[in-house]
Amino acid sequence: MINIVEDPVLTVEHLNMRFGGLLAVDDLSFDVDRRDITALIGPNGAGKTTVFNCITGFYKPTEGRITARHEDGAKFLLERMDDFKIPKVAKVARTFQNIRLFGGMTVLENLMVGQHNPLMIASSYTFGGIFGLSGYKKAEKEAVELAKYWMEQTGLTARADDAAGDLPYGEQRKLEIARAMCTKPKLLCLDEPAAGLNPRESEELNKLLLFIRKERDTGVLLIEHDMNVVMGISDHIIVLDYGKKIADGTPEEIRNDPSVIAAYLGVADDEVEEVEHEIEEGVSS
Amino acid sequence: MEYFLQQLINGITLGSIYGLIAIGYTMVYGIIGMINFAHGDIFMVSSFIALIVITALGLTVSTGLGLTILALILVLVTSMVIASVFGWTTERLAYRPLRGSFRLAPLITAIGISIVLQNYIQITQGARVKPLQPLIEDGYTLMTRADGFTVQLSNMQILIITVTIVLMTVFSLIIAKTSLGRAQRACEQDRKMASLLGINVDRTISMTFVMGAALAAVAGLMFLLYYGVIDFFIGFVAGVKAFTAAVLGGIGSLPGAMLGGLVIGLIETFWSAYFSIEYKDVAAFSMLAIVLIFLPQGLLGKPEVEKV
Repeated sequence: MINIVEDPVLTVEHLNMRFGGLLAVDDLSFDVDRRDITALIGPNGAGKTTVFNCITGFYKPTEGRITARHEDGAKFLLERMDDFKIPKVAKVARTFQNIRLFGGMTVLENLMVGQHNPLMIASSYTFGGIFGLSGYKKAEKEAVELAKYWMEQTGLTARADDAAGDLPYGEQRKLEIARAMCTKPKLLCLDEPAAGLNPRESEELNKLLLFIRKERDTGVLLIEHDMNVVMGISDHIIVLDYGKKIADGTPEEIRNDPSVIAAYLGVADDEVEEVEHEIEEGVSS
Repeated sequence: MEYFLQQLINGITLGSIYGLIAIGYTMVYGIIGMINFAHGDIFMVSSFIALIVITALGLTVSTGLGLTILALILVLVTSMVIASVFGWTTERLAYRPLRGSFRLAPLITAIGISIVLQNYIQITQGARVKPLQPLIEDGYTLMTRADGFTVQLSNMQILIITVTIVLMTVFSLIIAKTSLGRAQRACEQDRKMASLLGINVDRTISMTFVMGAALAAVAGLMFLLYYGVIDFFIGFVAGVKAFTAAVLGGIGSLPGAMLGGLVIGLIETFWSAYFSIEYKDVAAFSMLAIVLIFLPQGLLGKPEVEKV
């Protein structure tokens, strides 16, 4: 049942995360393919966001190894990196369940903040920029171009100069993704991107994610509860329950996996044996 | 009328110096939400550096105006660079190791740095006031009253006000237009998210301290040239005034700091001119109390919005 991932952009091996007596992530291993949209699903409290926090340096895992790989073969051990180097060097970007835009800054500025590092280098750490060196102007122009490109893709061009905090919810979500894409990531981690979106916005989000997979060499890893999104666009699904991986495969395989159904829906007491039986059958088949 | 005009000029000059120092307070508060209590002493140290460099260059009033200005630019750059190192060190020693600790801890260490700097200057430079002969004299007589009272605008005052306006503009542009400025504003709003976009938050905070210290160095040189006497304790008084200016203008706001500086400078000057000079500080601080009662966020500050 384990999917064979050909070209992993991210490899998680034996990840354990312990908070005092609680084992939030329990010996979790999985791969994320560079060309796939991979979904991490599971009931509330399954440890999905904790996994994200370990990947993006918010938490230092208790045990385990998290490796990011670029196409050129460069490897980065994320659990040992300073948190700002994970997006800067290892090129892993993320968004949050609750929106964390820079509300007081304009849409364009939010996208420019995402391109801080190339701009700092081009401006020789601001001094060159002050004296108007041509290299900086060129870099600034390119940064604006990239920002415009993502504003077009997310339909935010008309709002470029509005404060990000004034956008409607759905557009803020898209702006977060656009901002993450401006860091030119190799892996984009999205924590519940469809939360709070209406069906139309959710449809647009699907299109955007499919576009990112198709056009850019960016792998996508997402946490999502909205099954329309998960089943509609993912190539690979990993299911967590109580910090453990209970299933890993294509959407088709996951849809029919009895242990996943049991974890999601729960079972009545008198059905326990029946379900356990089914699970055993499922495992042995 | 003439007397009023003269006081207005004096007040704006003094206010410019306060404003320059206040920007350092307000920028640091904006980004880490804490007051840098060593800032006033960095101002004091930089005025000593300026005095040392001026003496070493052998500048006197007989040096031609062109050459003096050229030399002063050299003095300014030197003291800005050295003050920046002091600012960077303050952050490195007093703030960074305590990031994530409880909020009072870095304030105490900053006061520690402030005491160290004061005593260091007192021991190495002596406790007595250091005089500097005026380097830039002359000026323009704008008006003469019938009884012979003249309204003077000295070259020194023109220099101070011009330098302040130029640097205010440059720093506002850095904050508004450059990538560093955007990173500073991003850190101000959400440090964790900024770091997730690849911004080195520690370095950005250091740069904020450095920028504040550089402006304090400008103020240090201006203070030295304008008053002609400095001692190891000027940092405390000027620091408290500038801090008041930053709070009055709305702490965290750059134009607010400048406006606050002007208001404090003007109140002080007018109070000394029309009432009693002994009570000028009382007047300035009372103004702060009155403004804060009616506008708790200061003149230009944004009202605090609690996030849920």
